[in-house]
Amino acid sequence: MTGNKGKKPRGLAGFAPGEQAGLSAILGAAAPLRLDCGAELGPFTVAYQTYGALNAAKSNAVLVCHALTGDHFCAGDNPFTGKAGWWDLMVGPGKPLDTDRYFVICPNVLGSCYGTTGPRDINPATGEPWGLAFPVITIRDMVRAQAMLLDHLGIADLFCVIGGSMGGMQVLEWVVNYPERVFSAIPIAATSKHSAQNIAFHEVGRQAVMADPHWHGGAYFRHNVTPHAGLAVARMAAHITYMSEAGLTRRFGRALQDRDAFTYGFDADFEVESYLRHQGITFVDRFDANCYLYITRAMDYFDLAADYGGVLAKAFERSRARFCVMSFTSDWLYPTAESRAIVHALNAVAAPVSFVEIESDKGHDSFLLDVPEMFAILRGFLDSAARQRGLQGSAR
Amino acid sequence: MNRPQDIRVDLLLIGQMVRSGSRVLDVGCGDGALLDYLVSERGADARGIEISQAGVNACVARGLSVVQGDADTDLKDYPSGAFDYAILSQTLQATRNPKNVLIELLRIGKRAIVSFPNFGYWRVRGGLFFKGCMPNTGTLNNPWYSTPNIHFCTIRDFVNLCNELGITIEKSMAISSSGRPIPWAHSLWVANLAADQGLFVLRR
Repeated sequence: MTGNKGKKPRGLAGFAPGEQAGLSAILGAAAPLRLDCGAELGPFTVAYQTYGALNAAKSNAVLVCHALTGDHFCAGDNPFTGKAGWWDLMVGPGKPLDTDRYFVICPNVLGSCYGTTGPRDINPATGEPWGLAFPVITIRDMVRAQAMLLDHLGIADLFCVIGGSMGGMQVLEWVVNYPERVFSAIPIAATSKHSAQNIAFHEVGRQAVMADPHWHGGAYFRHNVTPHAGLAVARMAAHITYMSEAGLTRRFGRALQDRDAFTYGFDADFEVESYLRHQGITFVDRFDANCYLYITRAMDYFDLAADYGGVLAKAFERSRARFCVMSFTSDWLYPTAESRAIVHALNAVAAPVSFVEIESDKGHDSFLLDVPEMFAILRGFLDSAARQRGLQGSAR
Repeated sequence: MNRPQDIRVDLLLIGQMVRSGSRVLDVGCGDGALLDYLVSERGADARGIEISQAGVNACVARGLSVVQGDADTDLKDYPSGAFDYAILSQTLQATRNPKNVLIELLRIGKRAIVSFPNFGYWRVRGGLFFKGCMPNTGTLNNPWYSTPNIHFCTIRDFVNLCNELGITIEKSMAISSSGRPIPWAHSLWVANLAADQGLFVLRR
């Protein structure tokens, strides 16, 4: 395992190709991964991290699925950032995903830039980064790669698959495509399909990247530049969709940034402008522009019912999992109605499902934040599922 | 987790009517006391619907399968005949369309178990007759301006509705204010006067 706490120069987002942190597996060498687009990928790398210990019966594995720009360091220290993992509130000893009890596996998704193969990695056919030659991937492709990782680890089935936002989409793909491998499923702040509005916001982000002259048709690696200005704008627009109007008002209102009066110019007069600019600038240091295009595309293509005649319930017919579906009142990106549609479909096939809408003004990002009610509910749901699974209080 | 002795007497009565190992939907399950009993004591595959977030959270946190929803609008999402029992305990009078809810209960469940406060109870009648005020009994304890109960009925009204809808009453019980069955309330006339609550087992 190697760590990397040093700050990278701008444009070297994620890890350099071939560089690794955490664990990794090379998969698809014998039989490549057949992608939804028809292309085949293999061999490819999946970077992942594990927490806790697998029990003798191999019955306590939990798969944590990350969101659009997440990585495999969900708990403990993240060697990329030197900060705590993105779900450190959820995963760890004594936390709702108790690593004294469960064996937590968190893989980096296909198409990302944190170690799992994506457009920033070297295309063996050309010796230079894939760029736009990388095949377009889907959420289901990400899940197929995860299933291959589980095969590689010798884990037949999962006690739980859990994730928020795009992580929740992966959870849903898991129960639909591998129903026999999922005992319980927790999609949080998720949706069963990308709406026109969701696609529209993503397209704004992609156009911002592609309008940056440094993008060079996705081949910026040949010019030793990155479209960081475009990517920053994409992130700024996206970040607004992760927060609620009430949350923005509570946090910033119309407060001015380090000044008493307007400058009558286009500086960041308002705190909210300064905050968004900061979000954009810090994002380009940690994420790759082409990866952003590919993963947002995968989310846009996501429509769970599409292969089932548009009837979502049909997608869940083979599911054996118990579900805990969760949404947040102020999430307007994947609003409660989307979670309710999932619950209705699960009810229609009489699947065991719990559904809670949690009061929060923190918008879509609530699932990443300290929302005590969410933790209490997940703890109760997981405890009861663990009892049904016959898991002991502690795996060790 | 609640032990059976902590459960309200009238809920326990309902719980004991459910055959072991049944599939049950508890509509308006509150904090999950009855569901918990059905799962732990009757080995039922029991689910709930609850309108209040606090109730749902309490249920899910104690490991019950409960969805946040509304009896008036969300029953249509459940497939027909999916449950052996659909239970509606002390909730009918708070729905906007009780008739439709009753029809839906018997579509989803092979049987329905329904309990409701009896507006024909002598204390209710007495309160209106002597005091001229809306009743305030143990079961009906909200002032008129803040009560969630918008569709009161008497036991006789309920029986009439069942007849109108062609619903078979398999079993009926007059429940006293202490939550126990009244053994001597044999006739509808007596039950409608003596009962604080009515409890019915219905089938299509």
